[in-house]
Amino acid sequence: MSEQAKTEQPNPPDGPNAAPAPRKAVASLSAYLPTVTLAIASIVLALLVGAVLIIVSNDDALSKFSYFFSAPLDGIKAGLNAVGDAYWALLKGSVGSGAALRGTLEKAAPLICGGLGVSLAFRAGLFNIGAQGQLIAGATAAAYVGFTWNLPVVLHLLAALVAAMVAGGIWGGIVGLLKAQTGAHEVILTIMLNYVALQILRWLLNLNAFQAPGSDNPTSPLVDSDARFPQLFGVHLGFYVALLAAVGVWWLLSRTTLGFEMRAVGANPDAARTAGMSVAKAYVLAMVVAGLLAGLAGAQQIVGHQDPLTDGIAGSIGFDSITVALLGRATPSGTVLAALLFGALQSGGIQMQAATGTPLSLSTVLQALIVLFIAAPALVRSIVRIRSQDGAGTVLAKGWNA
Amino acid sequence: MSTLEATTADAPAVVVRNPVETRRRIRVGVIVGISTLLMLWMLLTTKGGDVSFAPTSPFDENQLSPITFPAQQTALISLIIVAALGLACVFTRGAVGVALGFLVGVAFLLGFLCWAYAGQPLPITNPLKGTLSYATPLIFGALAGALGERAGVINIAIEGQFLAGAFAASVSATVFGNYMGLIGGAAAGVLIAALLALFAIRYLVNQIVLGVVLVVFAGGITSFLLDQIPQTKQLTLNNPVVLQPKAIPGLSNIPVVGPALFTQTVLVYIMYASVVLVTFLLFETKWGLRVRAVGEHPTAADTVGIKVRWVRWQAVLLGGVFAGLGGAFFTVGTNGAFDKDISAGNGFIALAALIMGRWHPIGATLAALFFGFVFQMQNQLQLLQRIPSELLGMTPYIATVIAVAGFVGRVRPPAADGEPYVKG
Amino acid sequence: MQLEIRGLTKRFGSLTANDSIDLTVEPAEIHCLLGENGAGKSTLMNMLYGLLDPDDGEILLEGKPVHFKTPGDAIDAGIGMVHQHFMLVPVFTVAENVMLGREQTRGVGVLNRAKAADLVRELSQRYGLAVDSNALIEDLPVGVQQRVEIIKALANDAKILILDEPTAVLTPQEIDELMDIMRSLRDNGTSIVFITHKLKEVRAIADRITVIRRGKVVGTTTRHASETELAEMMVGRNVQLTVDKAAAKPGEVVLGVEHITVVDERGVTVVDDVSFEVQAGEIFAIAGVQGNGQTELIKSLLGLVRPAAGVISLVGKDISRHGPRESLGDGIGYIPEDRSHDGFVGSFSVAENLVLDLYRDEPFSSGFSLSLAQVGNNAGQRIQEFDIRTQSAYTPVSSLSGGNQQKVVVARELSRPLRLLIASQPTRGLDVGSIEFVHKRIVDQRDKGTAVVIVSTELDEVFGLADRIAVMFAGRIVGVVDPGISREDIGLLMAGAQVGAHSDRSRAESHRTEDPSTRPDRGAGHE
Repeated sequence: MSEQAKTEQPNPPDGPNAAPAPRKAVASLSAYLPTVTLAIASIVLALLVGAVLIIVSNDDALSKFSYFFSAPLDGIKAGLNAVGDAYWALLKGSVGSGAALRGTLEKAAPLICGGLGVSLAFRAGLFNIGAQGQLIAGATAAAYVGFTWNLPVVLHLLAALVAAMVAGGIWGGIVGLLKAQTGAHEVILTIMLNYVALQILRWLLNLNAFQAPGSDNPTSPLVDSDARFPQLFGVHLGFYVALLAAVGVWWLLSRTTLGFEMRAVGANPDAARTAGMSVAKAYVLAMVVAGLLAGLAGAQQIVGHQDPLTDGIAGSIGFDSITVALLGRATPSGTVLAALLFGALQSGGIQMQAATGTPLSLSTVLQALIVLFIAAPALVRSIVRIRSQDGAGTVLAKGWNA
Repeated sequence: MSTLEATTADAPAVVVRNPVETRRRIRVGVIVGISTLLMLWMLLTTKGGDVSFAPTSPFDENQLSPITFPAQQTALISLIIVAALGLACVFTRGAVGVALGFLVGVAFLLGFLCWAYAGQPLPITNPLKGTLSYATPLIFGALAGALGERAGVINIAIEGQFLAGAFAASVSATVFGNYMGLIGGAAAGVLIAALLALFAIRYLVNQIVLGVVLVVFAGGITSFLLDQIPQTKQLTLNNPVVLQPKAIPGLSNIPVVGPALFTQTVLVYIMYASVVLVTFLLFETKWGLRVRAVGEHPTAADTVGIKVRWVRWQAVLLGGVFAGLGGAFFTVGTNGAFDKDISAGNGFIALAALIMGRWHPIGATLAALFFGFVFQMQNQLQLLQRIPSELLGMTPYIATVIAVAGFVGRVRPPAADGEPYVKG
Repeated sequence: MQLEIRGLTKRFGSLTANDSIDLTVEPAEIHCLLGENGAGKSTLMNMLYGLLDPDDGEILLEGKPVHFKTPGDAIDAGIGMVHQHFMLVPVFTVAENVMLGREQTRGVGVLNRAKAADLVRELSQRYGLAVDSNALIEDLPVGVQQRVEIIKALANDAKILILDEPTAVLTPQEIDELMDIMRSLRDNGTSIVFITHKLKEVRAIADRITVIRRGKVVGTTTRHASETELAEMMVGRNVQLTVDKAAAKPGEVVLGVEHITVVDERGVTVVDDVSFEVQAGEIFAIAGVQGNGQTELIKSLLGLVRPAAGVISLVGKDISRHGPRESLGDGIGYIPEDRSHDGFVGSFSVAENLVLDLYRDEPFSSGFSLSLAQVGNNAGQRIQEFDIRTQSAYTPVSSLSGGNQQKVVVARELSRPLRLLIASQPTRGLDVGSIEFVHKRIVDQRDKGTAVVIVSTELDEVFGLADRIAVMFAGRIVGVVDPGISREDIGLLMAGAQVGAHSDRSRAESHRTEDPSTRPDRGAGHE
């Protein structure tokens, strides 16, 4: 039955044809406007919901709201104050000073790398929820090389980065291989491997080889200083590496045969197969590169900071990478912008917590809300009444058998 | 072929290879091969001495004396069984193949236990009770997933429903008493389900993305709310009394299985009832027929006048009740106070159980029992200190990977699963 | 019950699919709605059935205006519809499908399966539509599934039955059976609206014919109109009903297929010991009802499916083990039967699709990197050469019409030198202009010396294009015949009967190959 094609298609009829000259594939800027408007609207809506949460978490505002009906202005004023203070702290903490800006960029760097990994996998039709585990693999490898090997300055850093990429690539590649060979769904595989990676890390941290000398804690020694990222214009090199990675992913996707195959497989694996492409190869390579990028993000955590390797090294970067990729619509440039935004949220969030006591988890909630709104254009449009435009088709596959 | 005249000449004898069968044989063969090698290694490192199995615990009514058997000999026998029956498994299909596979699994387990327990003073305890306990939230989660997915809505957010349910159950139970905790948990599950339904059905968001985002969202919100509870208020807001097991008179006296099955908390009893209820609902009622129709061929359902979206809403919301109860298990059912990430990925394991069970409530329950068993074994083995606890902690997750990659492969979900219904 | 449609209009964005349609269906008549693919017939019926909302106009039943918000309303009013793509849940039984929406229950919503089965049996006997109420739909052959659809409509007391392109999946004999059923329903008082684009059927059965073209009613006539008249009304100009082609000049053997057997994922033999040869410069058509192994046979030729036994050779070289990539390199071109599924990537641009299987070669790429300039150049040339109507080379192919989408696929495949062209259902879902275009290109390839294999369920196309015809039934080639064969004889072959034999069963049942073990005709054989 699926072989019967439609006989009626509500498609535009054949019109008179002006011979189309091959044009450069540069979309005019105005084509981006609807997407940008939507993005801004989503952010605003998320901030509004966040404002409610801020008010809830602020004792002063809450107590003033409790007698709302007798003195409404009090409550409203207190509420606005609380929200204003919190968001102002957020802004200051993210872009308000040189130090804040540096914090934002440094937080954004691993998000760019992780987000690129998830984006790339999305374009190949795979839901890579495993950035967390791939990051841990990368961080572990980088840390090990960092505090165990002894190499001259530049080589040491390079070796750490390469180790991270290899480890992450392997961790991602396992999923690609299993998916290609057995058809198992990558959502479950990647999530499970996240937990496995964490457990392996915890086990390693109890081994002597991984413990800081003189201590029994599951904390590694610090990485050699010559395996760290040097600073460049006040920001550690990792940020520039991340930007480079973004350019690399863009080049891979749009200017190489492999990228062409990945995109084709992601959009229509059957047509890709019929055209002679190897779906298995696309899946495996996509996951390897995705893991490689997430591993790089892990390396950033290790060699970009002064912290040792602990089991909290990944933080929430794994899931944040997913939200970054979604907000960035799985494109390299979008991912970078989204990572910068979320980096700002996190960096500013620390300041917000310090200054106003609003918990850091609000940043996470804001992130989730922004992504939710971005992914539901219909909802945002109905709230904000933006006229519906013919958007580009969605990149993401729909069901279980992508 | 009585009415047909073949115009082609009679074919010479040719070998007909079935590529699917070949792949299956390779897959099973690889698994059997690896298992055999593992067992060989375990056999060689099994210490001497005896292993004892205690079928009843000291608290049970009807005591049975422990069974002992020599470790090394049993391990050897197990190895032989695994190798021989495993080989047979490669070449048989269907129900016989599954039965053989089950026996291979049991033998493998036996050999492994011999290796782990040889010479240890501790006996292997009856895993039934722990298995059921660990499986309970998984079964609830799988039932929730089954309802939604059979109607065509993918639910990756079970983990989020667990977190929300656990938190709500803890707080409601502390404030109102622990049966209210169950209601609070179920309500939270329904709330997250409503978000899932709203964005998936009405706003056509990609359902896998939506599920992941909802998990992050639920984690963030419960974290946020937990942080809102100041130290001083912890005891009045996040300190529920854990449900106590209640024995069902008569049934709980059956030797060996009685206490395990019938001396459990009320949540587990609700779980038993839920499995029966959901199975019956889906396959024997008008509502269930419509739910399944909507998940397989929504256009066909629409053309006979069924309101596709409304049915999907109902299924997802009903699922939320069970998911919320599953979440309640983690606080009111066992651990007490809510803590961040208390469900530790169980929601995803429940989803894996659903897929392994081919989206059938009974199948999912069996798969969930398998995972519960793995958890239980992990728990038991931790006491032995033979294997580092972190590596043991990996077992349920690795088991899931092996299950999904090795034994399930390409499954057939409900045909319209994940596709939002848009009318012409 | 009399049905009247006045001024019904439906727009999709800038496209007016139905423009002020006027139509009357009298009680107890068979009224055919004739129009080519894309004319707007299904849109009209979907409005009648409550699946779409009209933008303008009204529907009247027995003179009273009605408004259907959902199919439920239409069903209640006595309108039943048998859709072209069956609205049956494959994993449900016949009884479950028939009762869906009007379930037989006892107690609080518990299904009463016994009563449902009884209802099916009763209707089945009353109207002569034999079905097994406990069978799963996905196990049933297509002709039987259609009967289930009809029973479903009748179970709801349909007084007007709409049949949307019902004959696409039937053998000529089954079509005759269906026509008998339609006549008996009409004689019992039911009106039938029969939607089709096939002139022969219309003239065989219709009481009255309404022709639709580009969303507008062109005219209403009776079956006594000639085929040429009807064709002109349908298309609006002088239509060539046959394909213009010179005699074939066959050369060396290009494709050799020997004892190919294909087993599907369930272990069922779907292609059973098939052998044939195709020479350069000839068109070899494989005819047969959908589902008799043609799809799997073609897939094995291309390497998309590995044959379980047998040898495929191209100009003497064994290519049995070649995958799709090697097939491309061997000089095989493929136009898949489901173009949106296998032929193009909808979200890719026209330019990208035009190199979908060529991007690895010079000049489009050198090693790893892709040359966008070359891709663009190529697109410009092909769009001109094949008259592809598109806004630009960078428009996503999904926004093109069916005909232009197929042109993209054809352009791509024909843009390199081919030894063998395989075209599966090459004109399915296309308007007449595109059909002519594709046919001409196929004949051109043949005249250039390429060996051409086409697979088609449309007998007109088969007779028009083929130099030789092979008929497939139940996974086997049951006859290789000359295009001079009569339609009756080829119909018999397609149904698995012997040509010329007089069987007691004047109606042969055709079956899907998917489960040959359930077919009563098959003797012991391949599992």
